[in-house]
Amino acid sequence: MSLKLVISNLWKGYGDKTVLKDLSYVFDEKKVYVIMGPNGSGKTTFLKICALLETPDKGEVHYYNSTNKILSKDINLLRKITYVFPEVGIFNTSVFDNVAYGLKIRGFNKKEINSKVEEVLDFVGLSHKKKQNALTLSSGEAKRMGLARAMVIKPEFLFLDEPTAFVDTENTKLIERLLIQIKEQKATTIVIATHDSPFAFTVGDEILKLENGKIFEVS
Amino acid sequence: MDFLIEAFKQAFLLIVNLDKELLEIILLSLKVSLSALLLASVLGVPFGAFLGMKNFPGRSFIIIFLNTGMGLPPVVVGLFLYMLFSRSGPLGFLNLLYTPTAMVIAQFILAFPIVASISQASVRKVSPIIKLTAKTLGATPFQIALTLIKEARYGIFTGILGGLGRVMAEVGAILIVGGNIAGYTRVMTTTIALETDKGNFELALALGIILLSISFLINLLLYYIQKKEIRTNP
Ligand SMILES: Nc1ncnc2c1ncn2[C@@H]1O[C@H](COP(=O)(O)OP(=O)(O)OP(=O)(O)O)[C@@H](O)[C@H]1O
Ligand SMILES: [Mg+2]
Repeated sequence: MSLKLVISNLWKGYGDKTVLKDLSYVFDEKKVYVIMGPNGSGKTTFLKICALLETPDKGEVHYYNSTNKILSKDINLLRKITYVFPEVGIFNTSVFDNVAYGLKIRGFNKKEINSKVEEVLDFVGLSHKKKQNALTLSSGEAKRMGLARAMVIKPEFLFLDEPTAFVDTENTKLIERLLIQIKEQKATTIVIATHDSPFAFTVGDEILKLENGKIFEVS
Repeated sequence: MDFLIEAFKQAFLLIVNLDKELLEIILLSLKVSLSALLLASVLGVPFGAFLGMKNFPGRSFIIIFLNTGMGLPPVVVGLFLYMLFSRSGPLGFLNLLYTPTAMVIAQFILAFPIVASISQASVRKVSPIIKLTAKTLGATPFQIALTLIKEARYGIFTGILGGLGRVMAEVGAILIVGGNIAGYTRVMTTTIALETDKGNFELALALGIILLSISFLINLLLYYIQKKEIRTNP
């Protein structure tokens, strides 16, 4: 079971400002794609469209399965892809319940949820914070929680928007190790938008640049 | 002056002795108001949440209508229901006039706009990022709706307690449709209104003290809910 994302002739604008102009790209490997580009170039807009959280003005966004069939954009597909906001999107409840969210709505039982959440919290170094209200986490801790919450549902496509903004050097290293570990399992396509070049070059297999509404490969 | 002191003394005696009539009145009051509130919450929270989540033509009109309902004078509700339920009224055949059921309906009408309107505003206030986060973590539309209601829970509780405060304190509507029949439809506020008229201050005063205490408890709860909301929303 392997998903492929094909974007063709994508257009998106707000008011009279065009952000994405006839953009085409194919994400077809289980590796880390990093998108860089100036503020306002459309990285967030692009990731949200890829994650099916926004609709393009024109063009196609299609996920194909391993038999090259286009998947309908229903809950089954939505449950295979996930996007982490730069501001994370924190539910007003404990860190544990935030991370458990995706598992609960998928109907996992308490025992499975417990062990999976404990494991991933340990992974991102937040075990000691699991009972704390997630809204009271520091920005860097919140970022790691967001990553844990997305990882625990084992998505096939993981879109990360500015995962290292507000994160200190040590924790950036931790996130790098995490991503490399996910990458080695070869089960997830990771697409990251970032301004952090050292981070981009450490984790990225493919460095892309979003400029003037189009995507370029940086060799 | 003496009669005031005497009235207070008698009132306290009624309370500490758990006077049977007093208890009956308090229990019926609670039964009527809590039933009305339960009904208003079961219908008002989902309705308000729906209004808070969806955009459709006529939505603002419904909200203005609900907000008008929040200030509805209880006597007007009483009058309106009286006309509906009176023997010659369109619903007269139901024989509801002067029954606790009619009182519950009256108080439901008073509480519903408060619960629905405040639920609407609270759900509306939840950040769009929360909604999209729920969606991208795999929630179905129904699960997303539940998540938004959960996020808005402090606001929604405030609305429910606001509704309770309103129905516990009102007298106009239930006096008209309930009729203050001893042992059947007599509740705290109607008893106070009519016993005071008769110069029977002890019972009225005892009920007044109980009502004030209930109002104090409601506000204490509101205070803690708001404090908690502020603490978790830095
Ligand atoms: N909902 C919206 N309404 C109006 N304009 C919008 C909206 N969303 C994005 N934009 C505009 O679209 C452009 C692209 O925004 P986007 O957030 O995608 O940029 P970005 O590359 O992620 O920038 P940054 O590096 O600052 O995160 C910006 O000019 C932004 O102002
Ligand atoms: Mg951005």
